[in-house]
Amino acid sequence: MSAVFENVTCKFCGCLCDDIAVEVEDRRILKAKRACPNGLGMFLNYDPTLQSPLVEGKEVEWDEAVSAAADILSRADSPLIYGLSSTSSEAQRKAVELADRLGAIIDSTSSVCHFPTTLGFQMVGGAACTLGEVKARADLLIFWGCNPMEAHMRHFTRYSANAKGFLTPNGRRDRTVVVVDVRPTKTAKTADRFLQIEPGTDYEVLTSLRALIKGKDINEPVGGLPSEQIKELVQMMKTCRYGVAFFGMGLTMTAGRGYNVAEIFALGAELNQYTRFFAMPMRGHGNVAGADQVITWLSGYPAAVSFARGYPQFGPGEFTSVDVLARRETDAALIIASDPMAHFPRKAAEHLERIPAILMAPVTNCSSQVANVILPTACYGIDAPGTAYRMDNVPIRLRSVMQKVRPTDEEMLMRIMEAVKQ
Amino acid sequence: MIGIIGGRVFDPMNGINGTIQDIWIKGGKIVSQEEVDPQKARRIDASGQVVMPGGVDLHSHISGAKANAGRKLCPEDSRRLIRARTGFFRSGSGYTVPSTHLTGYLYAEMGYTTVMEAASAPLVARHTHEELQDIPIIDKGVLITMGNNHFIMKCIQNGEMEKARDYVAWLLEASKGFGIKIVNPGGVENWKYGKNVQNLEDEVIGFGVTPRRILSALARIREELKLPHPPHIHGLSLGRSGNADITVETIKSMEGIDAHFCHIQFMSYGGKPGEFPKSAAVKVAQAVTENPHITVDVGQVLFGPATTMTSDAPFEFSLSRKIGAKWVNNDLESESGGGVVPLTYKRNDPVHSTMWSIGLELFLLIEDPWRVYLTTDHPNAGPFSGYPEVIRMLMDRDFRAQEFEKIHKKAMKNSILPELNREYTLNEIAIITRAGPAKRLGLKNKGHLGVGADADITVYANLENKAEMFAHPAWVIKDGEVVVRDGKLIREQLGRTLYVSPSYEKAIEKDIRAHFDNSYTVSFENYPIAPEHIGPSEKLTCD
Repeated sequence: MSAVFENVTCKFCGCLCDDIAVEVEDRRILKAKRACPNGLGMFLNYDPTLQSPLVEGKEVEWDEAVSAAADILSRADSPLIYGLSSTSSEAQRKAVELADRLGAIIDSTSSVCHFPTTLGFQMVGGAACTLGEVKARADLLIFWGCNPMEAHMRHFTRYSANAKGFLTPNGRRDRTVVVVDVRPTKTAKTADRFLQIEPGTDYEVLTSLRALIKGKDINEPVGGLPSEQIKELVQMMKTCRYGVAFFGMGLTMTAGRGYNVAEIFALGAELNQYTRFFAMPMRGHGNVAGADQVITWLSGYPAAVSFARGYPQFGPGEFTSVDVLARRETDAALIIASDPMAHFPRKAAEHLERIPAILMAPVTNCSSQVANVILPTACYGIDAPGTAYRMDNVPIRLRSVMQKVRPTDEEMLMRIMEAVKQ
Repeated sequence: MIGIIGGRVFDPMNGINGTIQDIWIKGGKIVSQEEVDPQKARRIDASGQVVMPGGVDLHSHISGAKANAGRKLCPEDSRRLIRARTGFFRSGSGYTVPSTHLTGYLYAEMGYTTVMEAASAPLVARHTHEELQDIPIIDKGVLITMGNNHFIMKCIQNGEMEKARDYVAWLLEASKGFGIKIVNPGGVENWKYGKNVQNLEDEVIGFGVTPRRILSALARIREELKLPHPPHIHGLSLGRSGNADITVETIKSMEGIDAHFCHIQFMSYGGKPGEFPKSAAVKVAQAVTENPHITVDVGQVLFGPATTMTSDAPFEFSLSRKIGAKWVNNDLESESGGGVVPLTYKRNDPVHSTMWSIGLELFLLIEDPWRVYLTTDHPNAGPFSGYPEVIRMLMDRDFRAQEFEKIHKKAMKNSILPELNREYTLNEIAIITRAGPAKRLGLKNKGHLGVGADADITVYANLENKAEMFAHPAWVIKDGEVVVRDGKLIREQLGRTLYVSPSYEKAIEKDIRAHFDNSYTVSFENYPIAPEHIGPSEKLTCD
């Protein structure tokens, strides 16, 4: 007998679509109605059966795995806790507590995606709105260095380009969509205007937009764009009713990084003297925004936090995971709900391979290859409930659609904490 | 069992003004002496000391989307105050916006045991509750912003007041809120079109209602639902020169219905818009005195760093443009908005000095201490850790005069502060910092030391320097356990989240569901917060 669960939240990406109908039979998901291909993969491929934890590749009892993990962490002089973007905020809270007790460094996957967004935000602030306001009001949408058609597949229909709201009853026809990118993407193909800029020129283009808004004139091409095109974009931005610029890693992880983001945030703020305008990051993993939130309320800082001195210290470039690993400044790692081996630069990955590592995750991934202790935990949003923060920082409940047999990240972290204390 | 023996007790709710009395505690409650075995009770010698109920703060931004944006925005603020972990206690950071555990520790170490989070939009209340669970020791609650809510404005427009009432009840239950917060009614909705409201008759775009109608509807709904706390109002034109007139008009517009006006220091400016603000404290204090159903808290400015954060999003935008500071804004679908701007109050700034003076004038001019409460609108006018300094200025005329000498000359010239000779008594301080706010919040077990009250008690050494005295209590007891000794935390425990759940006609859910389908990006089913997701809690009855 199968059962259907309505209003299930998909935590694959930062869209956190909470309208999925999940059909379950014998602890196996048969269907996930309304989920995009990305989300569908997550629901259908997850195997919720209980798996033994592994220590050095050998199946062991949970107690033994917990004490092995605690042992690694207590022996370390400078442990790193990394990941957190696909776990629940309840587990993230425990992870920060563990970092505090251990004197560890804690960092989330933001470190390699939107950490420059944090740095830009700290420089100039940022004006944003919830995705419901985008749906209801936005008549100008700019997608800058991001490709929602492939990465956030329901963004257009649920929240932005095609959504219908009270000031946008005709959906797509009530909006103008502009894409700025270095190459034609699937998203660019749907745009009313596609501005293809030369790689690495985001900062210059953004600065030119700001200059034009401030009344300066520009008569030369910038970033490969003729000045007329830039002027036209400025005109569109100044005269729209409610404009939103979404940006992705095309802006945050290219030359300029945090300065690019500060520039787009400053541009947004300045446009509010003419109309309403916002700049917002397209957050990737389902609860990466939550990791920022939780680490911030518990320590005062959003990522790259070291508790080594007994109190929280914030160190971009100093306590960011890739830097800590590449400089060999950590001697043990606890990886939670993420896969650094798949994403980190070689130098950082090589050190991760060298040091004792614990992986706490619902699925096998590249990092499983190097972890000395593997704790196969439940998957929040499938067999464990919890809380996650959408890309616009709206908190949404993750439901569970089956009785769990695996322990959750939160439970594991509490057990490790107990074991560390002893 | 604990006995607090021989202290001078200030329990204004029960008419006890400095008499020497013993207080007995059992099972987290205050009990009569007969109920304890004096041989078995732990005895705390309070002779020569001052005993008061635990402090109650009815307006402080300690948690949720705005507070956390403030933390994230300002690593410089987190570096101003750090605390290392010691033994069982967590580390933390943040001077104007402390991290969550540090917030609980600092409040407790100052003798405060109950704090009301001043504002959360219901859509992000789940976030607020997550943070509140990480604020230990103190009890807390959340005021829910409703002054720009589409569903409510639509009901008012259509004259459907019962529907609006049922919705408010549903919303408080769904968000696990404590009361109704109104921030710049209609102005935040208009800000979504780049506009604002200037007076009570201005129209809210798309809804055909006015700030006046929103205020009066929500005030009446509160009465009908018998909520413990009246509507908590942040009015129009906050921070603008000349706003005292609209403040007085808004107070009068309540027409005898209960209301609380928060941080009125920010709402008591004379002069013309855009020009230098003058004090209109006399005018506002008079309006408060003449309208006995109105209470206020002050929002006293403290010189030094602050972080402004409010649902009054258009205010934050204009502030940031004026002072050139970094600006955070968030518009929230169908409900509200908000903003954050860091700011440092300086003595050598004539406007800041004037604001400082206006706050003190209001404290001293409003004669009935039961109707004015101590706040700094934390962290808008300064951090709550500055309360002891404010207490000293209220209790010690000479100290106040000394501080006055340091402010900007231009502010001095316009101030009536030197003419105000009043000095608050310990009993009056007990009223404005615990008995008064507890009574106004409708918390029957807080803010007093009568039998049956929660055993939340603070014992102070009776020092000449009142700032010193109130900054470092000798003992703080929460729920019958000693949590602070000589100003230092010695025990961590969880506090409770206080919320209300008034009854309503369930048929309303059909309309609300339709509203969700049209206007929200979160489904109706996933919006309400279950009681088990807010940690230890206490549901207050509405009667």
